[in-house]
Amino acid sequence: MMLTNKSLGWQAAAGWLLLGPFMSLILGNPMATVLQDSVLLQDHGSENTSWGNESLGHTVFFSVDYQHVQVPFEITLWIMLASLAKIGFHLYDKLPSVVPESCLLIFVGLIMGGIIYGLNDKSPPVMDSDIFFLYLLPPIVLDAGYFMPSRPFFENIGTILLYAVVGTIWNVFGIGFSLYGICQVEFFHLQDISLLHNLLFSSLIAAVDPVAVLSVFEEIHVNEKLHILVFGESLLNDAVSVVLYKLFRSFCEMPSIKTIDVFAGIGKFFVVGTGGVLVGLLFGTIAAFTTRFTKNIRVIEPLFVFLYSYQSYLTAEMFHLSGIVAIIACAMGMKRYVEANISLKSHTTIKYFMKMWSSVSDTLIFIFLGVSTIGDNHEWSWPYICFTVIFCLVWRALGVLVLTFIINRLHVNTVTTKDQFIIAYGGLRGAICFSLVFLLPDFPRKKLFIAATTVVILFTVFVQGMTIRPLVDLLDVTRKQESAPTVGEQIHIRFLDHLLAGIEDISGHWGQYYWKDKLEYFNSKYLQKFLLREYEQPKSSIVLLYEKLERKHAIELAEAGQLTHEPSHASLLEQAEHAKEILILRHRSLQIHMNRSDSEHSSKEV
Amino acid sequence: STGFRLASVPQIHILCISLHFLYKYDLQGIGKLAVNPIGDRIISAFFQDGKSADFRSFIRVLAHFRPVEEDKSKEPGASEPINSRLNKLRFAFQLYDQDKDGKISRAEMMQVLQMMVGIQVTDEQLECMTDRAIQEADEDGDKALSFEEFAKSVEKLNIEQKMSLRVLK
Repeated sequence: MMLTNKSLGWQAAAGWLLLGPFMSLILGNPMATVLQDSVLLQDHGSENTSWGNESLGHTVFFSVDYQHVQVPFEITLWIMLASLAKIGFHLYDKLPSVVPESCLLIFVGLIMGGIIYGLNDKSPPVMDSDIFFLYLLPPIVLDAGYFMPSRPFFENIGTILLYAVVGTIWNVFGIGFSLYGICQVEFFHLQDISLLHNLLFSSLIAAVDPVAVLSVFEEIHVNEKLHILVFGESLLNDAVSVVLYKLFRSFCEMPSIKTIDVFAGIGKFFVVGTGGVLVGLLFGTIAAFTTRFTKNIRVIEPLFVFLYSYQSYLTAEMFHLSGIVAIIACAMGMKRYVEANISLKSHTTIKYFMKMWSSVSDTLIFIFLGVSTIGDNHEWSWPYICFTVIFCLVWRALGVLVLTFIINRLHVNTVTTKDQFIIAYGGLRGAICFSLVFLLPDFPRKKLFIAATTVVILFTVFVQGMTIRPLVDLLDVTRKQESAPTVGEQIHIRFLDHLLAGIEDISGHWGQYYWKDKLEYFNSKYLQKFLLREYEQPKSSIVLLYEKLERKHAIELAEAGQLTHEPSHASLLEQAEHAKEILILRHRSLQIHMNRSDSEHSSKEV
Repeated sequence: STGFRLASVPQIHILCISLHFLYKYDLQGIGKLAVNPIGDRIISAFFQDGKSADFRSFIRVLAHFRPVEEDKSKEPGASEPINSRLNKLRFAFQLYDQDKDGKISRAEMMQVLQMMVGIQVTDEQLECMTDRAIQEADEDGDKALSFEEFAKSVEKLNIEQKMSLRVLK
């Protein structure tokens, strides 16, 4: 029975899949307007609606007015196509484990691009850089920032920053200069590409892309530290690559470059980085403050989270600061206070909307990437393109090696050799490079750069993306330990926090725990009074985790309909009575607690 | 025996060099420790016997927090270095286990919870949380955590890195 369901579903999905693009083609095709003219009465002028069809003397019962709805119609159709493609992949269980989703989506995009090219005989629409940067990228970064596990992130922040900043600069200059060296070789006929152009190209190709990294690493489940290192690096290197890209681009247009300009560039980097963080924190604080007053209108609570985050992104982009860093700072900063202020339903809404939006964006980006590849935007040159790919790999590997060597000397938290390999191999390039290359000013070799970028992206996503999973298995990299969080573990974590803070005090050392303690003190004294609605006592993570687990347990009990329990340890089978007592006690305490704290919430909740 | 190089502990040496012995009130004078929820226990850990500690025993405790050295060759029969993972865990276990019976009883766990989150929750909730914490890790059903059970419950945590201070290398 399962088989027929699946095969039916597969056929249905395939059918829809093909229907979608054909509809879009037919309706978007210039031929369609001919069809419209011949069949129906056109509405005259843009202000008249299509209802007013009386003008030519007779009414028509059925008419098609595509122009009116064209833009939203096509957008919806693309999104539908993307989502149906996703259903299609997951119907066949084995496929996502062998081929990462991003590859499949690019492949679908390539097919679609091919169809459009074949039918229209001109290049399909290229993904507009504005659409990408303003609409498609923010949801993904917001999702990443909001659900970023803050403990491992801040524990490894030094390493992450080192990789992101120094590593990216190393890559940019390394790739740029070596490509310039290649261009000097007469045999390749590339001598017209100046050093500046090479550096400009390398500044956009060197940065690791968060979208690609996210979609590939999400499926391979490496250990938390490794994941946060690669992922954190891909997010934070935006600041560096933005500065370098804009710097080199402005250098291209300047007649002469003085040393002062170089120093201005370096200074600009600090401005962009810290400016982004400040903008993000500012909006985060305002968002947290706003949610303090939303007790009576719970329905629009989720909206504030999205609005303020998006606004922080746009504001940062407006000032030419790093939008990605801003939105991440905003999300991480406001999360703690907003979650304490909003209701449980709003929390669930935010979680699922964010996941949904980022998933749609992610899918659309890869499909558009595939579509935009087809066409005659490319100029091919074997040596340049091959060397670009080689240099990207080589310089990344070297950079990771050197930086890890430095880090392991300075830190207790060492990065093993296997981890290093995965970090170097996981340096995927993606849609950000692609959009940036289209934004380049028009100069003779632009098409070559576009071709090179496309090849690098396709190479990293397909080759590296597909082989990273078997490599992780082969090298036996430590995987993520999938076990449920326990209250006991959380108690021990907190206990050790306090212990280490105490030991640091005694030994007179201002280390990690000292600053964490200081921040907690500042938080409880000032911030919480200002940003939290019900300021009774700051809630420890132990209590929060305990409440969350109890809530989950109570829901399970309620769904089962009776007070049965599933023993989590074999030994509990002997202690059925004792466990049952505990459960009854917990259930009662949970009821009391929920009644007390949620009575105000539930009365005003919609 | 502690593994410290003499030159690398100047600041602590200076602290103790004037006082030949260290007294409890010296440590209690450190302001931050007073507001640390488990400050008292940390101080007591330095003073194994009575009210004073000499430099040697002080350093002995701090040696637990040295980073683990992986490339040390072990001679068979040599005792484990004081900053090994096992010894670090033993030190942490001792802080829980005040009556030194080798087990963290329910009462001891509740004491620790009381110190850390006592003001945020009611007594009944505190009891439930303690029960849950013990039950999650307790395998032999004696409602107390032995050292092995404790070690198992923290195996996900990276103890070698968490309980190490780089400056003590």
